[in-house]
Amino acid sequence: MKRYSVFAIAREAMRYHQGWEKAWRSPAPKASYDAIIIGAGGHGLATAYYLGKNFGITNVAVIEKGWLGGGNTGRNTTIIRSNYLQDPSAAIYNKALSLYEDLSQDLNYNVMFSPRGLLMLAQTHHEVRGYLRTVHANNLQGVKTEWIGPEKVKELVPIINIDGPRYPVLGALYQARGGTARHDAVAWGYARACSAMGMDIIQQTEVTGVRSENGVVKGVETTRGFIGCKKLGIVVAGHSGQVADMAGFRLPVESLALQALVSEPIKPCMDVVVMANTVHGYMSQSDKGEMVIGGGTDGFNNFTQRGSFHHIEETLRALVETFPMISRLKMLRQWGGIVDMTGDRSPIISKTPLGNCFINCGWGTGGFKAIPGSGWAMAELMAKGEPGPLAAEFNMWRFREGQFIDESVAAGVAH
Amino acid sequence: MLILECPYCGVKAEETELSPGGEAHLKRFGPGSSDEDFENYMFARKNPKGVHFERWRHSYGCGKWFLAARCTATLEVFGTYPAQTTEPPADIIDKIKAKRPDWKGYK
Repeated sequence: MKRYSVFAIAREAMRYHQGWEKAWRSPAPKASYDAIIIGAGGHGLATAYYLGKNFGITNVAVIEKGWLGGGNTGRNTTIIRSNYLQDPSAAIYNKALSLYEDLSQDLNYNVMFSPRGLLMLAQTHHEVRGYLRTVHANNLQGVKTEWIGPEKVKELVPIINIDGPRYPVLGALYQARGGTARHDAVAWGYARACSAMGMDIIQQTEVTGVRSENGVVKGVETTRGFIGCKKLGIVVAGHSGQVADMAGFRLPVESLALQALVSEPIKPCMDVVVMANTVHGYMSQSDKGEMVIGGGTDGFNNFTQRGSFHHIEETLRALVETFPMISRLKMLRQWGGIVDMTGDRSPIISKTPLGNCFINCGWGTGGFKAIPGSGWAMAELMAKGEPGPLAAEFNMWRFREGQFIDESVAAGVAH
Repeated sequence: MLILECPYCGVKAEETELSPGGEAHLKRFGPGSSDEDFENYMFARKNPKGVHFERWRHSYGCGKWFLAARCTATLEVFGTYPAQTTEPPADIIDKIKAKRPDWKGYK
């Protein structure tokens, strides 16, 4: 892999940009690998990357039924934050945030991480109390967040209306380190680094079965034939239940559609990320100038990657009160992603009933921000066969024991 | 937009009139059951990509709970029926089998 640098740009400028090579190879699958990861989204690619970087395991294939980063990695609102209430969540999301901070340098690929600051608006007294509690919890966890009043919110976000009749802004939970990153670049950067380590990223290849003998996975059946493996990682988000079914175990997840939309591009008007959980809406401005808006999930199981129109309508209706200037904006695109939700709205990074098969799923509506931390923890689990401190409490048996990591109650809504 | 016909009042209700209520025909496990049964009853919902049986409430209409058979991959509705059944009625099953010949059946 040729490194990207200012010298590379200068060199290529002198020769009509003829020397750029493909960012990753697209090889035919080998007969077997030390480890196979199903799913070349952010989490799967990050898992492969840290398997190689932290544990020296590079005989790895990442198998993807579509194109890499084409699922939820390409369908989110790119928000990065770590202001969670529960300790295990704060630990893994904060690990992810600190890895994001120098990910561009680490991958030699500009992921455009922009720590522009993030506000979670409190628009009811219940939320005020909830966020004050989160600020105290974050201080104990070593995650720097602060509570700010409505005047400070108005100062940070001049376009906001803080005294709307239905949803007044009573204050906000502010994480200055939070922000956004370029979602595609995260997947592409990891893919390029994995490919450079000799890993095979096999796109357009769907896993159709998991072959196991005596509780040990031997490999996977795919649309391009059988591929053997010593270890298997399932990192497929919305279709986790389907792949787990092939492997012969059940997961406590349900798949729902989550929607987002973007407006036409406008001049810079908001340089922080604003989340309004009471109305299930969040908004940031992309570098292209589009207002990126995320909505809530539908209430019923769905695999269609499009959501119910009335959810968008509700989100926008509420956001228009808080941001009156967006009422004249035209919306350009709307899309849905299939998110896998667990009962406590926390992820699963776990061993499975099959000895050499591991699963990373259940990120629900909050997966993008976790990508580096999730990959880090999953790689440790796959390499050692036992979870490290980041993953230990996210095991799939916590539901039986009642040891929830209850972010659904903590957030009041899905995150 | 999802449209379900309420089996009680006969209204073809669209989604904003309805509230989803999760998987239908759950068998309840309580005190005295095994940990695994209780865990499955509490958390391990069926999550098929295809035919699914669900509870819905006609909340902005007659207010009654009813059940629906629906495809989660296409949003096609196979039929709705009253909630007082422990498994899907035969006519619904026949309709699904006619439209989805490779469906493995209700279990």
